[in-house]
Amino acid sequence: MLVMTALAIVRTRRLFATAMLSGVFSLLSAQLFVVLDAVDVAFTEAAVGAGISTVLMLGTLALTGRVEKRSTHSPFLPLLVVGMTGAVLIYGTLDMPNFGAADAPAQTHVSPDYLERSPHEIGVPNVVTAVLASYRGFDTLGETAVVFTAGIGVLFLISALRRRRETGDSGNDRKGA
Amino acid sequence: MRHHLILRVVTKLLVGAIILFALYVQFHGDFSPGGGFQAGVIMAVAFIIYGVVFSLRQAQRVFPPWLVHKLLALGVLIYAFTGLVSMALGYEYLNYGAFTPHHPEHGQHWGILIVELGVGVTVTGVMVAIYYAFAARPPTISDKDW
Repeated sequence: MLVMTALAIVRTRRLFATAMLSGVFSLLSAQLFVVLDAVDVAFTEAAVGAGISTVLMLGTLALTGRVEKRSTHSPFLPLLVVGMTGAVLIYGTLDMPNFGAADAPAQTHVSPDYLERSPHEIGVPNVVTAVLASYRGFDTLGETAVVFTAGIGVLFLISALRRRRETGDSGNDRKGA
Repeated sequence: MRHHLILRVVTKLLVGAIILFALYVQFHGDFSPGGGFQAGVIMAVAFIIYGVVFSLRQAQRVFPPWLVHKLLALGVLIYAFTGLVSMALGYEYLNYGAFTPHHPEHGQHWGILIVELGVGVTVTGVMVAIYYAFAARPPTISDKDW
């Protein structure tokens, strides 16, 4: 179904349908994550991918246009690049341990270590949270900073210019009128 | 959306529940799936749906842009200052054991709670700010063209 949705996204030219279908795609991949027992990731995917980004895409559509432009160049070069990248990625997975293999490096020392240490070091039942906020607190601080920077970037790109133009007449309170 | 009565009534009912669920995900994140990132997004969704169904102006009356912009930075500051406090108490940066030296588990618990709160605040701020930024621009497609 993921593949079918992806194909539908590629085929359709109506951007409204594309936005909706990518929401469907996110929801389906969230289910895939649930099947893989990664509930936290699934949660994020469902909330961000299916929820917010669909709304933001629709918001963008309202600002731009509804129909995709017909492409003018031949599709062969992009197809070749995509095909080769896909082949390289699949070739890369051949070396990876099978899904759920007990002797995979991640299962032999990383996960057991966290699972054994976190109950008495952190005392938080959800190991994902323990790893995310405590063992890898620096990473998460960095992630938060990335989110912050992204927000600032969008604000500067989209609304800061507008405000500067508006300060001439009546200031901020006209925003969104 | 002024004429969609059902949408407006349902939204009114749902917004409170969504915010409640966001708070649950936020503060229950160490026992069940979820945490700051998810909670922040869900919280932002509550305001975004309010803005979509009613109007941007009403959403901005509830949650004014200046407050959103402050929250954006506040979350990162909460997170970073947690680290500084643990440093000031003589531990490593972001070592939450510093808060309750006799019982490091409790300190970890508190630290995770505070840090996740910082994450949640920033994510809420960013999402709502991005939505405001997009929605505040005059649309080029009229409602009928959808």
